Amino acid sequence: MKSRYLIPIFVMIVMGAIFVVGLGRDPTKLPSPFIGKAAPAMDLPDLFDDSVRISNKTFAGDMVLINFWATWCPGCFDEHDFLLELAASGVIPIYGINWRDNRTEAISWLQRLGDPFTANAFDGNNRTGIDWGVYGAPETFLIDAQGTVIYKHLGPLSRDSWQRDFVPILNARDTNAP
Amino acid sequence: MKYFVIVLSFMIVSAAVHAIDTSTPFDDPELQARYEKLIAEVRCLKCQNQTIKDSNAFLADDLKREIRRLLTEGKTDAEIFDFLVLRYGEFALYRPRMSGKTLALWIAPFLFLLFGGYAAVRIVRQRMNMPIDDDDLDSPDTAEG
Repeated sequence: MKSRYLIPIFVMIVMGAIFVVGLGRDPTKLPSPFIGKAAPAMDLPDLFDDSVRISNKTFAGDMVLINFWATWCPGCFDEHDFLLELAASGVIPIYGINWRDNRTEAISWLQRLGDPFTANAFDGNNRTGIDWGVYGAPETFLIDAQGTVIYKHLGPLSRDSWQRDFVPILNARDTNAP
Repeated sequence: MKYFVIVLSFMIVSAAVHAIDTSTPFDDPELQARYEKLIAEVRCLKCQNQTIKDSNAFLADDLKREIRRLLTEGKTDAEIFDFLVLRYGEFALYRPRMSGKTLALWIAPFLFLLFGGYAAVRIVRQRMNMPIDDDDLDSPDTAEG
């Protein structure tokens, strides 16, 4: 007889737990449907040279970062110093995709702040961005040598987020390597 | 005064001309109708509580452009939804399709309704079987509404 009064309390605890977890989550961070799948196709002009194409073949065979960035994006400015640091460390090549931006401004931004990118593609009309499910710069994809998307990072990269989100994945990969 | 009234009335009716979608309509009214219907069903991922029809974020404009392109290419509505879900996940749709992942979303309301209904029926049944105790009404401390 008494135990039925426990039901509402139990329901309340379960709902409370769900809400607590929900509060900690950022609803603007959407999981990428591409994790574990082949990276979407791309074939874009080089930012600096329209006659050069940058496609999936450009970065095939290496573990790489694909970073969608723009000069109008404050988060991209925030992460730029770290990208330079990461590129200088030689841990992983970074390929940039200048996203929905102005070419001249993008080039002058890289000249002014430094260029961490192994190569930079230009996606002025967001066709490739949509194919990759990008909805807000900066977004960074981790792609393995086989061209599979391993991880997608939303928002600016930093030393902390690199240590927290990327290093464990990269370490796990290293130890699993034959 | 006359001008004041004219200006005021323009201001009042201006809400109706909040045209966000400035793209030229399709020549084919049937395509245009499908387009209008589709863009009201797709979430703007950048401004999550707006459809791409309501939003003027550039992502919404780009997604509308892609939907227009797919429509002119003769894609069906289902193919267009597939296009979006493949890239952005089921969250891109205001009405997520029924699938393993979204099953809970679809059946949870009915489960809650069933559970609540069952509880209500039980409580009412129990109360019906209770003896009517007139004494309670006399003492305000224990009176029940």
